[in-house]
Amino acid sequence: MPVTVHIPGPLRAYADGATQLALDGAPATLLAALDALGARFPGVRDRVLDEQGRQRTHVNLFVDREDVRFGGGLQTPLRADAVVHILPAVSGGSLVLLP
Amino acid sequence: MKKALKAKDGDVVVMVGTMKGAFLYHARPGRKHFEMSGPHFPGHSVYALAYDGRAGRKRLWAASSSMHWGAVLRSSDDFGKTWTDPKAANVKFPQQTGAALKNIWQIRPGRPEQPDVLYCGVEPSALFESKDGGTSWSLVQGLWDHPHRAKWTPGGGGMCLHTIVLDAKDPKRIFIATSTGGVYRSDDGGKSWNARNKGIHTYFLPEKYPEFGQCVHKMVQHPARPERLYLQHHFGVYKTDDAGDSWQDVGKGLPSDFGFPIVVHPHKPDTIFVLPLKADEFRCPPDGKLRVFKSTKGGGAWQALKRGLPQQDSYECVLRDAMSADALKPAGLYFGTRGGDLYASKDEGSSWKRLADGLPPVVCVKAAVV
Repeated sequence: MPVTVHIPGPLRAYADGATQLALDGAPATLLAALDALGARFPGVRDRVLDEQGRQRTHVNLFVDREDVRFGGGLQTPLRADAVVHILPAVSGGSLVLLP
Repeated sequence: MKKALKAKDGDVVVMVGTMKGAFLYHARPGRKHFEMSGPHFPGHSVYALAYDGRAGRKRLWAASSSMHWGAVLRSSDDFGKTWTDPKAANVKFPQQTGAALKNIWQIRPGRPEQPDVLYCGVEPSALFESKDGGTSWSLVQGLWDHPHRAKWTPGGGGMCLHTIVLDAKDPKRIFIATSTGGVYRSDDGGKSWNARNKGIHTYFLPEKYPEFGQCVHKMVQHPARPERLYLQHHFGVYKTDDAGDSWQDVGKGLPSDFGFPIVVHPHKPDTIFVLPLKADEFRCPPDGKLRVFKSTKGGGAWQALKRGLPQQDSYECVLRDAMSADALKPAGLYFGTRGGDLYASKDEGSSWKRLADGLPPVVCVKAAVV
């Protein structure tokens, strides 16, 4: 089985409507998987990572159900059949009032 | 309800950006009844809106910013029925800057003779330019490389470039304002920049009149008198008659000279409007009275405009881009509050009507005759 990436609802418009995508090429790390995803769907990558390649503050990434912020971050190694979830963080809907 | 506005030539469109989406209001030139369309981009904050009527367009611009997914610029050529939704982010810092876009605070269509040029001001403080009608954007490197930039510090809203003024007379002259940092002017189309803050007092720095570091909240120019600009500072309303080479405080007589927005009358270069707030910590109208103040003398001799506005227990805040004028005669004035109210005046502020309440916190109001 290839690496599978689950696409959250708000980003499916940028992935031709796909709910999940299978990545060929056996990406070795999460970043390599996101780069491969970005080559096909740059709108997804741009919304998960900023222009410096950093994970956006209110986007969570899970590899095999583990939050990568508590692990290897974008360098988290992927098994050949790893499952990646991209999910909006619950912190992202707060109403920060800026003067 | 989300729908296209049925705006005809000469109608007024008031674009309202909030913390949770954009709302569009439309009225015939008499401005008796407004129809609303929205929310557009629900859940996204919209700090910047603009109308571009150049070269036969009737284009709305919006900066929609998702706390999850980042900020993009979108446009609509059908008054909000459809919006562009760029696949890839369209405003990006170059990799070598090490910076990443936090928000877009200002959209400024370029000069009429360059209908495909647009500018936007962003956080962290930087200026971007598009030469192809907003499809692609590039960092204005001259300002980014300015030696002062490393010493700019964020105001309460973040470190943002929130104001762009394209000089109405000199095609090479551009002004920007950033909080903090202050006013900068380029006389060569954006290649080089110089601080233009002489005379602006900073109570919050040990040096009272520094070259830069001012916390300018908003700055305006009247096209008929381009050497004259006004600004609302973090305490102090200022005027320049020499294109920013020197500034004079003209806030005397206001109940507080703290506030965020400043608007110049579309037809009268000596007439300006401000909305004072008590102190930089409280940030609510003095005495609980929501009032706009008007000067017809280029500052000073301030008159309170309050008919139709709450005059008791009003603890609202009106932010830097949340007040705007239309160009009809008499001019219309509009402002939105952080409490989600939207007020309109069709008689230059003499009387006011509440157009909406219960909106999400309003951060941007832009009126246009379309």
